[in-house]
Amino acid sequence: MDREAAVTHREATSIRSDPRSSPPSGRMRRLGQALRQHKVIYFLLLPGMLYFLAFHYLPLGGISIAFMDYSPFLGLSGSTWSGLDNFARLFDDPEFVSTVRNTLIISFLQIAFAFPAPILLALLLNSLLNERVKRMVQTVVYLPHFLSWVIVIAVWLQVLGGAGALADLFQQLGLGGVNVMANAETFKILLTSQVIWKDVGWGTIIFFAAISSIPTELYESAAVDGAGSLRRIWHITLPGILPVIVLLLILKLGDVLSVGFEQILLQQPSVGAEAAQVLDTFVYFRGVLGGDWGIGAAAGLLKGAIGTLMIVAANRIARRAGSEGLF
Amino acid sequence: MMSSRRPAWVEAPNPVVTTAKGVVIGLILLIMIYPLAYVILNSFASPEATTTAGLIPSEWSFSAYSTIFKGGIVQRSLIVSILVTLVGTALSLAVTATLAYALTKTRQVPGMRLALYLVLLTMLFSAGIIPNYLVVKAFGLLDSYWSLIIPVLASAFNVVVMRNFFMQLPRELFEAARMDGAGELHIFIKIVLPLSKAVLAVIGLFYAVSYWNSFFNAMLYLNDSSKWPIQLVLNSYVLQGSAMSSMNNTDMYNLPSSQSVQMAVVVMATVPILIVYPFLQKYFTKGVLTGAIKG
Repeated sequence: MDREAAVTHREATSIRSDPRSSPPSGRMRRLGQALRQHKVIYFLLLPGMLYFLAFHYLPLGGISIAFMDYSPFLGLSGSTWSGLDNFARLFDDPEFVSTVRNTLIISFLQIAFAFPAPILLALLLNSLLNERVKRMVQTVVYLPHFLSWVIVIAVWLQVLGGAGALADLFQQLGLGGVNVMANAETFKILLTSQVIWKDVGWGTIIFFAAISSIPTELYESAAVDGAGSLRRIWHITLPGILPVIVLLLILKLGDVLSVGFEQILLQQPSVGAEAAQVLDTFVYFRGVLGGDWGIGAAAGLLKGAIGTLMIVAANRIARRAGSEGLF
Repeated sequence: MMSSRRPAWVEAPNPVVTTAKGVVIGLILLIMIYPLAYVILNSFASPEATTTAGLIPSEWSFSAYSTIFKGGIVQRSLIVSILVTLVGTALSLAVTATLAYALTKTRQVPGMRLALYLVLLTMLFSAGIIPNYLVVKAFGLLDSYWSLIIPVLASAFNVVVMRNFFMQLPRELFEAARMDGAGELHIFIKIVLPLSKAVLAVIGLFYAVSYWNSFFNAMLYLNDSSKWPIQLVLNSYVLQGSAMSSMNNTDMYNLPSSQSVQMAVVVMATVPILIVYPFLQKYFTKGVLTGAIKG
């Protein structure tokens, strides 16, 4: 069967180059030879490659509906082009302005608080002398990373929601009701706390690896020179892990426009869109649910393009500052 | 092994600092463990018991679980999740392993370098929610269980981790087999795969966790609530049900809205993760680090 495939392939190449009556070009012949010689490897490549082409590259064509007056009934070929119309509508939309503002505020809070949290935790755990305590703490703090956002929020609801443990406690103390989970004013702080709870442990892993690659002799000679444990952290550990910190910060900056999509989508109903609409949820609610596909795709494209530019720019800045950079 | 040996150059611990660290770590553990323990333990509270902030319910009972497993949407969604996780993980592993092996041949086989770059590049961009939705729709996968598997069949990151592992295998083994006349397929199945059990296990676990936890794809692609996996049922029963009392979707499950039943649903969605967690933890530190930076 494989040989048949190879033969038909040879026929196909000769047909393609036939009309000018020239013999199959060397390139084609080499390709045919390679196909025959390595048919097993190409066969193993095929399913995975088809997947990446169909579900990662093919969707790129769908970006075109950002420039279309798209209707699902007419499809891509039936809908008419509308130029930058969708983008004009987007910038005139007051909800889009508050969406961008929410996204940036949440991102800023996460960079300010959720980003340094694992660094602090890694430094704290690293200063523990008892290996068993250290390992036990690690086992506990890594776990929430593997829970889905639905589970994490459900658990938080049971503790901090209107009928949760905290509300019960307040009631017993005669302090009245409390529902941290449905407070629009503190929602962005709540989001940041949830991110820290879920991923602070997971985030320490990479810093542990960086810390363990610092040569012990550095600490030893610093101690001999009279540097206390805090000064050793400041002058040896922190500079030692700085390249990793910079690298992760670059990644974070490139991602500044995507903030916890599922996390926010799940909680938007309880605090309202005013406080909880971010770019990704805007695309979903306006585009997919609201049926305004063009404006949704335009917002999505804007987000993707700015994100790519941000990461390239941040990388260049990091390189200029002397760090190795990402690529 | 001495678990707390102090190197000679480290100062003797200062009791004040040690106490302070102990308090901070105790607080961290409390904040991490209390919510999970509270939900797990109180899912065994009888429906009549008044809930308190305490960990131990005033009256124990299995009634929440018997309510769930009387049939109905929670039970069905658990079966859906289990099947999607099993089938999805098997397919993902197969596709990832074959692709990763083909991509180790960048030197020998024409076109493989291009293929590798095409896979790597997908880590840098995403077409976005709407274009992805349109492709899934075009393939006719809407409202099919396959929409939970095929659009997320392989991750470039996992392909790279597995490829790196294959590259580290001793070359002499392949050469010897090739001398004996073994074909590539034979080498892959009989030599490479058996030597790669560890990496297959880790990546399989990561795929399994992501299939079990998958939420948004199911929400986007499945309209028919009888096909929902557990995460979606958990969302509409516990999250939206308690957030918006006006929503009448609690009726459709015919479940009492008692807190212990809500907690029991949370526990059922969490248990499989808790079961695989010890295995995961054994491996993931290594998995995260191979290629976490500079993929």
